Amino acid sequence: MKLNKILKNLLLVVVACFALSACATKKVSTGQMQGDVYTGTDTVEYLASGVPDRVFFATNESVLTTASRETLRKQAGWLRKNSNVTIVLEGHADERGTREYNLALGERRANAAKDYLMTYGISSDRISVLSYGKERPVDSGSNPLAWSKNRRSVTVKAN
Amino acid sequence: MKNIKFFLLSLLVILLSPIKSYSLIEVDITRGNLNPLPVAVSPLSIDEKSKISFENLLKKKNIGEEISSIVENNLKTSGLFNPLNKDAFLQAPDIANLKPRFEDWNLIKAQALITGKVTKVEDKLRVEFRLWDVLAGKEMMALAFTTVPTNWRRVGHIISDKVYERLTGEKGYFDTRIIYVAEEGPKTKRIKKLAIMDQDGANNKFLTLGNELVLTPRFNPNSQMVTYLSYFRNLPRVYLLDIETGMQEVVGDFPGMTFAPRFSPDGKKIIMSFAKDGNSDIYTMDLENRIVEKITNHPSIDTSPSYSPNGKFICFNSDRSGYQQIYVMNSDGSNVKRISFGNGIYGTPVWSPRGDLIAFTKLHKGKFYIGVMRTDGSGERLLTENFYQEAPSWSPNGRVLIFYRETKTDDKGEGFSAKLWSIDLTGYNERMVKTPKDGSDPSWSSLLSN
Repeated sequence: MKLNKILKNLLLVVVACFALSACATKKVSTGQMQGDVYTGTDTVEYLASGVPDRVFFATNESVLTTASRETLRKQAGWLRKNSNVTIVLEGHADERGTREYNLALGERRANAAKDYLMTYGISSDRISVLSYGKERPVDSGSNPLAWSKNRRSVTVKAN
Repeated sequence: MKNIKFFLLSLLVILLSPIKSYSLIEVDITRGNLNPLPVAVSPLSIDEKSKISFENLLKKKNIGEEISSIVENNLKTSGLFNPLNKDAFLQAPDIANLKPRFEDWNLIKAQALITGKVTKVEDKLRVEFRLWDVLAGKEMMALAFTTVPTNWRRVGHIISDKVYERLTGEKGYFDTRIIYVAEEGPKTKRIKKLAIMDQDGANNKFLTLGNELVLTPRFNPNSQMVTYLSYFRNLPRVYLLDIETGMQEVVGDFPGMTFAPRFSPDGKKIIMSFAKDGNSDIYTMDLENRIVEKITNHPSIDTSPSYSPNGKFICFNSDRSGYQQIYVMNSDGSNVKRISFGNGIYGTPVWSPRGDLIAFTKLHKGKFYIGVMRTDGSGERLLTENFYQEAPSWSPNGRVLIFYRETKTDDKGEGFSAKLWSIDLTGYNERMVKTPKDGSDPSWSSLLSN
């Protein structure tokens, strides 16, 4: 158990170092990031088998990536099958921005996800939006990889 | 002002000598002060009977010394004064207060001297103090206060303000308080509480229990009311809190997140952002008639509004140009003008109580700066650079900014902390403000006594 944790931390550090060096040389893709959008699965949880709970964003952006849209389509499919489920979309920002702006940015990100779900037939009655700004990071690191994991919109079951 | 709990009960200011003599000593506060004025703060003298009586009451061995050390500490932290070591003082406090031997004080290079006397009058604390110009050999000011004994710290702050004002020509900022967010726990699950303390860090008190996330408290400039953001029941909304009664109420009835609140200069309105459908605009609500007005109407993020002290203008933060920049508009929302044009992005504009400057946070090339610019955006000056810092708040005299700073975590994501810092407008005299736990989002009150 403990060894496991140490190994995991070690892996994280290795990955972080890799990400940092990648950034310094301006490469656009690593195993964990494309541009500065997180593409890994470390922090991802699943609403159901094959239905990831979150999508990630580039710095300062609320535009959905191709991967994000795919994730949201899966969520929409799952929501259609489970029509009694209501959800909260929790929007988040990384720590590299002022608190108040990040609250607005988190709200904007969660709404980008909401709008996309709605275009796939999910009623807005079933969706509420909650921005946490930078108040609830999943990764406490101060590095680009950690920040990429924190720029996210997470779909949480509300009932 | 209706509740006097936090104000001096029966504060009597008696001018002992109304002489406005021409002062030889002057302190220039407009530039970095590399030669702070040497000042001798003689311990306030106290008679044995009063001393014992106050010792029993306040659990302080010598209340005269305690009050003078508050004055000494205030003057020192301002960066404008250099309080001299008491060991070098030749004259006893009681004699010095009657008639200083100026040669003695001149010998230790004191340019100003503060003396005084504490007595117990009935159940009250009576403090008199005098400010002397050592070189001219003249009394510059003499005042006396009578108050309830538990107000002794405030007496020290009021004396500091009077001395500061007499020597710099501008109002002081010592008899003030700071409201802020006290933080603890891991970065991913921070527990945050509203907290309030005196400007010098004394009398820290927590105002909420930490059950819900609270952010960005700000004082009403005219009363002991505070506005802040609370996640009560997971609904982020702007609240009002009366810090004397503890009464709280939600501001308005908005179908979504309200945030970034501040009071108007007259204290009668709240200005804030309301976010809906991915768009944040600026609104005001009149606290008397509850009328809500929409001030900005733009598909971009408009937030962090702050009024000019005359209430005619509002500066705010918007990303309508693509990135966060600072804008100024009339208070009805007309005539919006971008004022920040330097490299980098700009946030948290806040108008100086003097009206002449706007303080801000700037991010440029991975570093965060606290800076000031004129209200038309010219004359940008960056005061301090760090890994992360933001949210400046002005001292009521517009000379000092308080803000918060966060540390970079290590490879394991550990070592996070958030602390309050102050810096004066010249960019010198940067100091950490001690708090019992971590702290962020500080807001400076007005002077408690005017």
